[in-house]
Amino acid sequence: MQATQIEVNQIRKDFPILLRRINGKPLVYFDNAATTQKPSSVITSISEYYTTYNANIHRAVYQIAEEATNAFETTRDKVSSFINAHSREEIIFTRNTTESINLVAYSWGRKNVGRGDTIILSELEHHSNIVPWQILCQERGAQIKYLTIDQDGNLDLSELESCTSNNNVKLISLSHMSNAIGNIIPIKYIVKIAHSFGIPIFVDGAQSVPHLKTDVTDIDCDFLAFSGHKMLGPTGVGVLYAKKKILEEMNPFIGGGDMIKEVHKYETSYNDLPHKFEGGTPNIADVIGFGKALDYLNKIGIENIRRHEIELTKYALEEMSNLKNIQLYGSPDPYQRGGIISFNLGDIHPHDLATILNEEAIAIRSGHHCAQVLMEKLEVPATSRASFYIYNTIEEINIFINALHKAMRLFRL
Amino acid sequence: MSDDIYREIILDHYRNPRNKGKMTDADVVIHDSNPLCGDQIDIYLKVKDGDIDDIKFDGRGCAISQASASMLTEMILKKPLTLAKDISKEDILENIGLTNLGPARIKCALLSLKVLKMGMVKYYEDKEPVTAEKLEKDSNLY
Ligand SMILES: Cc1ncc(COP(=O)(O)O)c(C=O)c1O
Repeated sequence: MQATQIEVNQIRKDFPILLRRINGKPLVYFDNAATTQKPSSVITSISEYYTTYNANIHRAVYQIAEEATNAFETTRDKVSSFINAHSREEIIFTRNTTESINLVAYSWGRKNVGRGDTIILSELEHHSNIVPWQILCQERGAQIKYLTIDQDGNLDLSELESCTSNNNVKLISLSHMSNAIGNIIPIKYIVKIAHSFGIPIFVDGAQSVPHLKTDVTDIDCDFLAFSGHKMLGPTGVGVLYAKKKILEEMNPFIGGGDMIKEVHKYETSYNDLPHKFEGGTPNIADVIGFGKALDYLNKIGIENIRRHEIELTKYALEEMSNLKNIQLYGSPDPYQRGGIISFNLGDIHPHDLATILNEEAIAIRSGHHCAQVLMEKLEVPATSRASFYIYNTIEEINIFINALHKAMRLFRL
Repeated sequence: MSDDIYREIILDHYRNPRNKGKMTDADVVIHDSNPLCGDQIDIYLKVKDGDIDDIKFDGRGCAISQASASMLTEMILKKPLTLAKDISKEDILENIGLTNLGPARIKCALLSLKVLKMGMVKYYEDKEPVTAEKLEKDSNLY
């Protein structure tokens, strides 16, 4: 049975970094959209691998190599069930979301996108869901079209059908949750429309998978990418999910060891899925660590995490909207957004605000959040961003609000 | 510490920047940005008889970068180029009263000096290649 209420104080004990003090004050970590902190179970699993069964995987027959292979491949099973994939062969390990997107742009894109074709993105996208497609389109003579958003950052879905019905659309690639303003898009509906025109859909799940229940069988997306480090796991582990049929038809991305079946002087046959897309020695230790992160998330329950974040976001939005001179971006409805709050306070530049908050040991992000297309749309050069996860508390939000008051005093607002 | 950074004088230069704007008949125009923060500075220089006859800056960014640029223009307007040439990063930090900035924010404070030095490189390129070379080195501030 999963607890229905998150025991935050209990959870916090599992994260050693939360004992850190900055300028004599306890660290308030509100940059979870960039990367999350790691529980002890993840941290110790990595040193356990190196101290007790470090070996390369997949080829050797001795015991510790088998242990390592098992631990590595067990994570694949955990990922597969975490997102409810049809089979473990649909789970490819990469370095991060960015690499997963590039893999598809390279292997799938070069085969399926040609002169005059179109790829549809939205104005909400992270640079890593823009640049690989630009490179592809420039190379193939194809073009990108953007779904637009309104002032609250909601996608204008009225354009969807007219955009998609165009014969030349080859792919739609959208982030399920905006990393810059937190908005969640109605992905299932969009997939349905896309599929009714026979167009595959790529979901950038870097922000959604860590915070929202993600069931690829239910959503029926063709591709999904996400990063382990944004969901309690170590850096250096990303996932690409794709439907098996699509993966089978795709050419490899990185050629080398592990991704082959037989190599001869002038030709090679490729390994079965998923190994066909995992050339070279992978990040064994961190994939094992990522498995422990998934165990941790499963123990808490992703629905409970979502509920906790809605509560935090609701409280923070209420408190922040009372501040004079505040500009809040994104949907005002906490149910339509993740625990990401982007804002500006008077004429205080986000970098100045982040400096002032740092003195209170509060870590927030300031800048364009790798979403310059969105920033241009919102007509701001930069915003400040606070983003939450399972270990954050209402008390921390109170500390944050007090620090915003301090910043206003310093800037005589 | 932020009480020290965001003093009245910094806020005043941030909100009421001196010599801000564009110049149509500049001898040198130079632009640079700090990709980390998105701070941007353009500097326009007009030189007459070896003096900085007019200077304007344009740009956007945090209080530190903008105030620092504004104060730098005040510091060198109508002064000989030879004097502007020798301004060091310590001079800037002292001038704006921020001598203990962290490594991330120090770039904000020094962006305008970097742009100015790059501008002078451009100015000296044909006239005095040796000076241009030295300035080029100097513009490597962080
Ligand atoms: C929506 C979105 N897409 C892609 C990325 C890129 O993730 P990574 O840096 O792990 O490749 C991020 C991370 O910032 C993100 O938030």
